[in-house]
Amino acid sequence: MELITEKLLNVVSDWTGTFAGAYNIRENGQCAGRAVTENIDISTKTDKPGIDIKIKPNTKKETVSIPACVTKGDIDDLVYNDFYVGENSDIVIVAGCGVHTDTHETARHNGIHRFFLSKNSHVVYKEKHIGTGDGDGTRSIDPVTEAFLEEGAVLEIESVQIKGVDSTNRKTKAVVGKDAKLIIRESLMTDGNQVANTEFEVELNGENSGTNLVSRSVAKGSSKQNYRSRIIGNAACTGHSECDAIIADKATVNAAPELTAANPDAQLIHEAAIGKIAGEQILKLMTLGLTEQEAENIIIEGFLK
Amino acid sequence: MLELKDITWCAPSGEQILNGVSFTVPDNRLVAVTGPNGGGKTTIAKLIAGIEKPNSGKIYLDGEDITDLNVTERAGKGISYAFQQPVRFKGLTVRDLIRLSSGEERSDEMLCEVLGKVGLCAREYIDREVSSSLSGGEIKRIEIASVLERPSKLAVFDEPEAGIDLWSFTSLISVFEELRQKKDKTLVIISHQERILSVADEIVVISGGEVKHSGEKDEILPLLLNDGVRSKVCPKM
Repeated sequence: MELITEKLLNVVSDWTGTFAGAYNIRENGQCAGRAVTENIDISTKTDKPGIDIKIKPNTKKETVSIPACVTKGDIDDLVYNDFYVGENSDIVIVAGCGVHTDTHETARHNGIHRFFLSKNSHVVYKEKHIGTGDGDGTRSIDPVTEAFLEEGAVLEIESVQIKGVDSTNRKTKAVVGKDAKLIIRESLMTDGNQVANTEFEVELNGENSGTNLVSRSVAKGSSKQNYRSRIIGNAACTGHSECDAIIADKATVNAAPELTAANPDAQLIHEAAIGKIAGEQILKLMTLGLTEQEAENIIIEGFLK
Repeated sequence: MLELKDITWCAPSGEQILNGVSFTVPDNRLVAVTGPNGGGKTTIAKLIAGIEKPNSGKIYLDGEDITDLNVTERAGKGISYAFQQPVRFKGLTVRDLIRLSSGEERSDEMLCEVLGKVGLCAREYIDREVSSSLSGGEIKRIEIASVLERPSKLAVFDEPEAGIDLWSFTSLISVFEELRQKKDKTLVIISHQERILSVADEIVVISGGEVKHSGEKDEILPLLLNDGVRSKVCPKM
């Protein structure tokens, strides 16, 4: 495994030379390491690039890590990963992605992940993205996530992208069944000329289904962010979307939350707020002895936490 | 010792708010600044913290001219300031705020003690965000607690009673009384509240942008309460 891969793995998936539990490491489109456990099987797809991850019913407190790294320019990695989560399972999936280029050639990772959550399963899905390297080639990560939640299933997605990714298109689609819940917490920071597009589309089809989409972002420099969320309530359900952005310098943020209710008992709410850091927040922290710059850093760090 | 000398200050609209204010706060004493709304009390608190700068006049801390120091520099000199309208932060928890204020990570026991002083149960609050999820009274008490925890030689509290319920208020009075008796911190409290004035060592009455009265509490408080000045000077009392 390359040194750059190890460094990226450390940042995106808490790699310390090994992983606890099942894992599959993808490096420049190839498998660079894999381990399975009694309850979690990982197999290579035969029809296209990618893997199938199968979690047996009643698997509890296990973690599966599937980080992917692109360590040089002129790589355009496309991968299809499918997760089949058995009934009553309760697991953590860590899927960090790092792209690195030291040249002016593009390094791109495009991960298409599908989640099939069986009845009463619970998954915490952690996705951390980073771009590194001194080259002026574009670092690009374009994740597509599709989730299908059966009765009583809960999927919590924690998505963090705070540094170095020049271009990102993040699309998430989900279909949520009876008593099932989808929770997404996204933290995003862009700077320079970076562009980030986020799209969420959630169909609440089952009775008492629910979703909570929370996006917090910071846009600096001349970066551009677009946030689109669409919650469709087809049953008695609850949906909430919240997009909160701090804007600075010459950045642009566009937030467009959309709600569609097709049932009188669908309760859907959206909130969107864009603004610069409040001057009084900086003043308050300055009265505690911080400089203006330190205060700004603390506010942004806390906001994206 | 804090000294304000011939301070004048105009609002951005051009209105003259302070017109030659001078008074001294001796070390380790509790000085209450009171007076009618719009008289310039909060401006005085902000001038001491460095949030506002005077148009003329000087501010001295222990003989050093701090008039031109900014907020951070004054904090570094040992000045603390509790906002009248506490600031809310998305993402910063009560624990974070107290850590930033005290300069070190506080144990749960210590957090419990300081939040207890302002009538909050630490367990329920330490990991909550200092955001709009807290009520006005809750955030006010957290603001006071964070300033109490900050090592400083001079602490300025701007209307600490505002938005605080009766039960917590009694507890707050005890906190100020305790601080006064310890005599290791100089306190300036902007207040309309008679009970806060009654625990002060000295009282300064600001009205119409000037110091109307100043002196020992025993001398000034009866003046405010008995001679009809109250209705003119402190309508809230």
